[in-house]
Amino acid sequence: MRNLKFITTIAATLLLSSTGAFAASAEKGRVAFGKNGCWQCHGWEGQGGNAGPRLARTQLPLEALTAFVRGTNGPMPPFSKKVLSDEDLADIYAFISAQPAPPDPKTIPLLAR
Amino acid sequence: MTDLNGKDGFDRRKFLTGAAVAGVTPALTQASAPAQAQVAAPRHTPSALPPTMKTIAAETQPPEEMSRIGGKPGSDFMIDVIKTLDIKYAPSNCASSFRALHESMINYGENKSPEYISCMHEESGVGMAHGYFKATGKMLLTMVHGTVGLQHATMAIYNAYCDRVPLIIIGGNDLDAATRPPGVPTFHAAQDINAIVRDYTKWDDTPVTLQHYAQSMVRAYKIAMTPPYGPVAISLDAGLQQEPIHEHGSKLYIPRYVPTSPPQGDSNAVREAARLLVAADNPVIVADRCARTPNGAKLLVELAELLQCPVVDQGNRMNFPNTHYLSRPAGVIAGADVVMGLELSDFWGTVNSFTDNGENGGVGVNASRVKPQTKMISITSVDLLTKSNYQDFQRFQTVDVHMAADAETTLPSLIEAVKSAITKDRANAIAERTDKAKKAYADIRARDMQAAVVGWDSSPISTARLCMELYAQIKDLDWSLVSSAGDVSNWPARLWSIEKHHQWLGKSGGYGVGYGAPASVGAALANKELGRFSVSIQSDGDLMFAPGVLWTAAKHKIPLLSVMHNNRAWHQEVMHVQRLSNFRNRKANYGGDMGPIGTCIENPDIEYHKLAESMGWWAKGPIKDPAQLGPALKEAIAVVKSGQPALLNVWTQPR
Repeated sequence: MRNLKFITTIAATLLLSSTGAFAASAEKGRVAFGKNGCWQCHGWEGQGGNAGPRLARTQLPLEALTAFVRGTNGPMPPFSKKVLSDEDLADIYAFISAQPAPPDPKTIPLLAR
Repeated sequence: MTDLNGKDGFDRRKFLTGAAVAGVTPALTQASAPAQAQVAAPRHTPSALPPTMKTIAAETQPPEEMSRIGGKPGSDFMIDVIKTLDIKYAPSNCASSFRALHESMINYGENKSPEYISCMHEESGVGMAHGYFKATGKMLLTMVHGTVGLQHATMAIYNAYCDRVPLIIIGGNDLDAATRPPGVPTFHAAQDINAIVRDYTKWDDTPVTLQHYAQSMVRAYKIAMTPPYGPVAISLDAGLQQEPIHEHGSKLYIPRYVPTSPPQGDSNAVREAARLLVAADNPVIVADRCARTPNGAKLLVELAELLQCPVVDQGNRMNFPNTHYLSRPAGVIAGADVVMGLELSDFWGTVNSFTDNGENGGVGVNASRVKPQTKMISITSVDLLTKSNYQDFQRFQTVDVHMAADAETTLPSLIEAVKSAITKDRANAIAERTDKAKKAYADIRARDMQAAVVGWDSSPISTARLCMELYAQIKDLDWSLVSSAGDVSNWPARLWSIEKHHQWLGKSGGYGVGYGAPASVGAALANKELGRFSVSIQSDGDLMFAPGVLWTAAKHKIPLLSVMHNNRAWHQEVMHVQRLSNFRNRKANYGGDMGPIGTCIENPDIEYHKLAESMGWWAKGPIKDPAQLGPALKEAIAVVKSGQPALLNVWTQPR
């Protein structure tokens, strides 16, 4: 039942994504990331932590991320369109995708044990 | 001297001020003519009169005159008893109901063993004792005012109870309703002050004679210090403290304290546990409060190496060195065919998951983390101390071998039983696990480092950067992380080298917020004697419950480096209210803050560095740029090495 609900949500989201046309903005996405509470579990840069996984430089396509955000029944609560608009979500996707590549840990002396 | 009932002898109430005696005169006059009182028409007076100016003065002002008391005060004998029990400090907030014991402690007892430590809040006194014990294995006592002082102390006592930490709480109480001063002292008296902590103390008593007190104190110490450890409470009558010693025909004596041997696992159960562990292909050991002492961690290493078996350290004590290749995060349990839990506070939660996703009518989803046929072994002394009301025993979990015993005490016999059970075939199979285990450990370490560098240069400062900047400055010292209040994504356990028992003192036990600051100061007091460098990662919300403990650290020159994890919120609650808003399909109302109304500590921001400075600390902040953190840490460490406390107010990422 849970799987069926999830698949239905993905299908609906894919349909929406194919018809929507947002000019996504990473700058607006940073603001939306804050005002919609994404930072709470994923950190202000989307770096992740023990409350939520890393989002920075996500490899997920927007459609898959959207499907997850709308329909998740895991530890993360779902964000409906009423709570988080498609436009804000697209901007958030642009923001987390645009995060700079992290440095190589071997180049950071503080991380040497 | 003649008392109000016409008897000769000392009346302790005349020890109090004349004002107090004057205040009770009408009541006593009435009591001396009971027949008249019975036939008199009832007067319309309230059941509890507000205190008069005289009684308030008696409670709050210096006595106008003092009567000389003959003989040795009872409270001097009380100090004699305490001095036999190796109790070094008494962190307390002063109060009239234990003024006699207080006076005897600092004058007759010369303020040594125990030394009075001035606290601003009863919760701080208990929290300090909590931290001190975990750094030394030695118990402290705290004195609290009956009723209101004990009410202040309760959350911290609950934390100590859940964390299996011993301490003695002495609550002053004026028991004799016929003679105690009316007004404030009576408001602050009760028939049974210990009732409010009975659900989360191991034992309590109300001694009515000095000999009773001597037995009860030694009994209290013995009960508290027998695993499972826990707090105990003594209600101490103010009259018994203040009156001179009356020996009632037999000389007072102090019972000798002899430690009780901790409970060890039944030999048949130990053999069965060994058989299951040796026969298993993927045994996993999970330890929570197993290593009560440094020896417990050594024993656990010996057992793990015998079996080449991964160990999950749940972190309420330093059970297992995180530099050992058999150290693992919790996820390793998924492949286990035998799981042995050692002093787990939550066996159910160890082998099951709970997802708070609003399903099943809002109660969430449960699922097993382990395979259906996984065998389970439990060794825990907490089975010998279960109470009904407060639910720290968690959900019920069926296990296959269940020992009500102290795990550390049982480990030597379990190790011997495992050695006996290992055949040549099993020895070969066990040895084959080693290379795989070393590779798995290296992979986990590499993944942790990859995770740490994401957001490395961000502002506010990432918790990984905070922890590693700090570690770089202390790693060559004999450091002790006395508290990591708040959540920094477990970076110290993931990336620091934690090999000594005192390098990680664990968490609060009962998750009562406000533990971190006082426990840090108490542990730092212990580490000062032992020449260790104390450092705490101090969260903002935790500090503000009772920040007066900062003054205590400065007052008593307790060196402590407090590095703030200032994420400007009670962050767990930020996420909880957001979650509920989403479940209910409502946009969370932030009210101009960064998170839901009521969960953020901003607008205005608290200047913790100024707060600390005002109480005698060296402090600096707010530090928001990660590049400034290392130099600030160097300055702060120099201050702490000189014997003073230092605080850095660091703005951090949420987790």
